[in-house]
Amino acid sequence: MSATLVAPPAAETLAEPIIELRGVSKRFSKTLDFAGRLAKRLGANLREEVVHAVDGVDLTIRKGEVVGLVGESGCGKSTLGRMVAGIMPPSDGTILWRGRDLRSLNAAEARNAKLRTQMIFQDPYASLNPRLKVQEIVGEAPLFHGMAKRSEIGTYVDEQLRRAGLDPSLKARYPHQFSGGQRQRIGIARALAVQPEFLVCDEAVAALDVSIQAQILNLFMKLRRELDLTYLFISHDLGVVEHLSDRVVIMYLGRVVEEAPAEEVFRHPNHPYTKALLAEVPRIEARKRAFAGVKGEIPSPLNPPSGCHFHPRCPFAFDRCRVERPALKQVGPGHRSACHLNDAA
Amino acid sequence: MSAPTLEVRNLKTHFFTRGGVVKAVDDVSFTVEAGKVLGLVGESGSGKTVTGFSILGLVDPPGRIAGGQILFKGRDLATLPEAEMRGLRGNRIAMIFQDPMMTLNPVLRIDTQMIETVQAHAKVSREEARQRARDALGQVGIPSPDERLKSYPHQFSGGMRQRVAIAIALLHKPDVIVADEPTTALDVTIQGQILAEAQKLCAQFGTALVWITHDLSVVAGLADDIAVMYAGKVVESGPVAQVLDAPLHPYTLGLIGSVPSRNHRGEPLRQIPGMTPSLLNLPAGCAFRSRCPRAEPGCAEPPPFAEYRPGQHARCIHPHQEAVAA
Repeated sequence: MSATLVAPPAAETLAEPIIELRGVSKRFSKTLDFAGRLAKRLGANLREEVVHAVDGVDLTIRKGEVVGLVGESGCGKSTLGRMVAGIMPPSDGTILWRGRDLRSLNAAEARNAKLRTQMIFQDPYASLNPRLKVQEIVGEAPLFHGMAKRSEIGTYVDEQLRRAGLDPSLKARYPHQFSGGQRQRIGIARALAVQPEFLVCDEAVAALDVSIQAQILNLFMKLRRELDLTYLFISHDLGVVEHLSDRVVIMYLGRVVEEAPAEEVFRHPNHPYTKALLAEVPRIEARKRAFAGVKGEIPSPLNPPSGCHFHPRCPFAFDRCRVERPALKQVGPGHRSACHLNDAA
Repeated sequence: MSAPTLEVRNLKTHFFTRGGVVKAVDDVSFTVEAGKVLGLVGESGSGKTVTGFSILGLVDPPGRIAGGQILFKGRDLATLPEAEMRGLRGNRIAMIFQDPMMTLNPVLRIDTQMIETVQAHAKVSREEARQRARDALGQVGIPSPDERLKSYPHQFSGGMRQRVAIAIALLHKPDVIVADEPTTALDVTIQGQILAEAQKLCAQFGTALVWITHDLSVVAGLADDIAVMYAGKVVESGPVAQVLDAPLHPYTLGLIGSVPSRNHRGEPLRQIPGMTPSLLNLPAGCAFRSRCPRAEPGCAEPPPFAEYRPGQHARCIHPHQEAVAA
């Protein structure tokens, strides 16, 4: 079915981009309620509040790559993941799916593009319908999309569950009868059931215990090899991202501040925020260390600082940082960073 | 040598439910000296939080302390009457919870809550209580404490709220603070700030700190000693460096192996197979043996908690003797 869109690439040298974001922004606005509108009409100084959750992000993800997206709460990483997965339209900018603008696709093509991208969510308790049995959760989508016949759905579901590391004999149970790690496996089986090539994992292991987290991370890596998957792996945990990713993208308050191959980011971080973030990560190797802490709080995205968003917390900030937004510039092979200090040096 | 600030001896906290007796804490022992930090590490359901609650006498029915001693400067808290416990709780022994919203009353201003806490244990004027509250907020690094005292909890960010909770715990300069996953809900840079505060306070006031967490990496940088819990029991304890560099118990080794930074990039993580058993029907003998690569018939007998190296105990009959490769 519709093979034109999903033909796998032959050459693997510099794989074709699977998804490209160009200047993508997402704004959420809080419209005024009735009282607010009334007050405004009577001359009160009220405005709609606008949050720039994602602010002009360029990002390319190539076939077969694992891209780690790191940032603290409120930096817009989940919003970006949702736009990439196609479940939330951007306010500005274009998203290209295999080189074609998502908005220019006809209905069938757009559906196919969405089907090829699946999402795995953070909370395995909230992302599964508690009233459905596991076999219905996993089997519903492939049945609807004609990937399995009704007569064969049983064996099809068994295969998906086995691949996600679950015993198929448990498929008649409900989600509440499973532990957190097992539930995350159900979520993975559900995503894989529609044969995607691109998975967006939004904090997929954040809610799990360390030993279970290791099991799920190993599963992700196994599936990547077996099914030739591409991942956008969203996480606040730098250790997890370092372990899994080929390339790392770091966001701060809606903007990408640094982007580089994983080893490069961890060995030669360029942006002061990345450096601070890396310095704060507790490491099991470190004993009785002195924690220092980046000064200050993460500012509200409702009212972000001018210029470089990081300047109020940055120890190296100078006048230019307060007025001008730094552009993402090349600082090494495949390494881009948005900091004015790179111009000064 | 005088008695340690806090000594827990063979503590047992059981929950008597309709489904049977849940031995949430079953034979836990550790010691914390003044000015030292003990990291109490375990996965969900290992009993680490119930251990913390037991120390503060906060276990509700159907749970109760079924055995063992909690010695606070030589006094046994497990058998202390509730009236005397009230005099200690929040005064000499304080707790910090994972969710600061659970500690703070959302409809009262910070100053109301803090003054109330001061006056509960000290006969001071309102003005002096406010002064103490202000000082405590300053100590935990809250800017302009005078104005912040007049704020409500929702006006603080998550990190600031946790600082307020710590400030409340500090009001009476307690001898023991039990901190239950206080940084789990916070971002990395904010977690760094809170850990820095915790370190400073321990050194400054000689507080004995019990830091409950699931994150070995946090404990590695913060604690002096470590106790690893599994299915209600301490399976290994000892000085941080020894436990993390040369773990004796296969579970500790497995936990350390599961930490991504301990592995080579891109290679499979050394995972522990299976999952934590239900506390309702634990197998006899070593609770870890169904997941343990070293299990042998002898593991069906309860293993003793033995000292294999100076200061380092493990509940295992065939411990690892070699150091782990970094």
